Amino acid sequence: MSLALFHAILFYMFAAVAVGAALAMVTQRNPTYSAFALIVTLVSLAAVFGLLGSPFIAALQIVVYAGAIMVLFLFVLMLLNVKAELRAEGEGRVFTLVALALGAVLAGEVGSVLVAVRTPMAGAFDASARAVAHVLFEPRYLYVFEATSILILASLVGAIALAKRDPNP
Amino acid sequence: MSLSPVQQELAISTVKVLVIFGALMTLFSVMTYVERRVLAFMQFRLGPNRTGPFGLLQPVADGIKLFFKEEVTPAGANKFLFVAAPALAVITAFMAVAVVPYGGTVSLPHWGWMPDWLEGRRIALQISDLDVGVLYLFALSSLGVYGIVMAGWAANNKYTLIGGLRSSAQMFSYELALGLSFVSLILVAGSFRIHDIVDSQKGWILSWNAIRQLPAFAVFLVAATAEVNRTPFDLPEAETELVAGFHTEYSSMRFALLQMAEYINMITASAMGANLFLGGWHFGIPGVPDSPVWFIGKMLAFLFFFIWLRGTVPRFRYDQLMHFGWKVLVPVAMAWIFVAAALVLWRQS
Repeated sequence: MSLALFHAILFYMFAAVAVGAALAMVTQRNPTYSAFALIVTLVSLAAVFGLLGSPFIAALQIVVYAGAIMVLFLFVLMLLNVKAELRAEGEGRVFTLVALALGAVLAGEVGSVLVAVRTPMAGAFDASARAVAHVLFEPRYLYVFEATSILILASLVGAIALAKRDPNP
Repeated sequence: MSLSPVQQELAISTVKVLVIFGALMTLFSVMTYVERRVLAFMQFRLGPNRTGPFGLLQPVADGIKLFFKEEVTPAGANKFLFVAAPALAVITAFMAVAVVPYGGTVSLPHWGWMPDWLEGRRIALQISDLDVGVLYLFALSSLGVYGIVMAGWAANNKYTLIGGLRSSAQMFSYELALGLSFVSLILVAGSFRIHDIVDSQKGWILSWNAIRQLPAFAVFLVAATAEVNRTPFDLPEAETELVAGFHTEYSSMRFALLQMAEYINMITASAMGANLFLGGWHFGIPGVPDSPVWFIGKMLAFLFFFIWLRGTVPRFRYDQLMHFGWKVLVPVAMAWIFVAAALVLWRQS
């Protein structure tokens, strides 16, 4: 078995798991299941990044999304012990119709992009830590990157201010 | 028999994986025995000494016992996640070992009876020499939390749920400190590769990161102990308040798997301590040849340290644990990163 075939098999395996888990995340009624399904999707995506030859991005994907952010999601879900989503009476049909319409629009958009744009398969590229840092910190992206950092800092300060609010003023 | 280069690599990797898996399983079962005997010695007891000479067959007896016990699944438990949790814990624990290096490279001897491509071939003593080894390790340790969280949640028991919640909060907090303690090592070595970080500590013992970067080492020791859920940070399974924490409802082999995951994580943490802070396979005196023996010795010293700690220090209270993690460890690690970065810049200019 050639290496390329082995890679292809692994790629389709992880891609299928990612799509399947994403579907499960949307269709599950129980939020904790959804969170676990989302984790599976994120980890599969990381594996796809790894197969494309960028272990750095793969590791970051797991550390940041699957590791840090999803732990917080799960923590809150379990702390509040959220049971299955409650569905409001009579609103189900309207929601289903709106969701179907929006889904059709999205499917149409994806289809038109797939038909119109012929992108070649992602080939080998340099995605080492050094290369990523050079792209991030070159003048083109530097300001955007720093602005994002300030945005995150601001939300952090906001969260602390909200949490620190005196319960009995 | 002629194999293509890819097949040769695959064959060598497979053998490496099997050997290291076997070694880990052996070390795990030996550790359960050693831990009980050493703890007993520290507490003026005898410990298990009935099964075989000096009780050496105790792990075998334990294994057989766990094998034949009944698998109990609580009535209200979530069947799928309840079964998946121990598997997830063990898989992530074993996957993390893949990037741990045990030594530099060795050359196979020319024996004459092996296939041509094996004669005198250079073999790296590591399953996968990843460029981002430290990050990979970190990623898997963050995934390992889910095994515990899932186990606690799926069992549908308040004690296990609290155990799972505590562990997610604890590991999240201490992972941050652990990661920050690695940053200064990466800065000094200029690489995420574990191999490069080990090689940056070549020469005299003074160039070991444990000495050169003492604050980072101190943060690592505490955070690693918390990360592998060992006393004094074994809050997720505090038996005085939570029965047995997240694995209260587990029995038989599923319990054994959770236990195994914990020990494998401890072994990985010890291996990382030996590699990243104690110079790995370098002896610490120039002229003494590098050897995996030094690495294994340092790793065993770390393992003993974990047992020693368990026999010595009482458990923290939960709020103390959180305060210590966020208000002491993280600031110390942050401050040291600035100092280390300044030193690296100063040396470069």
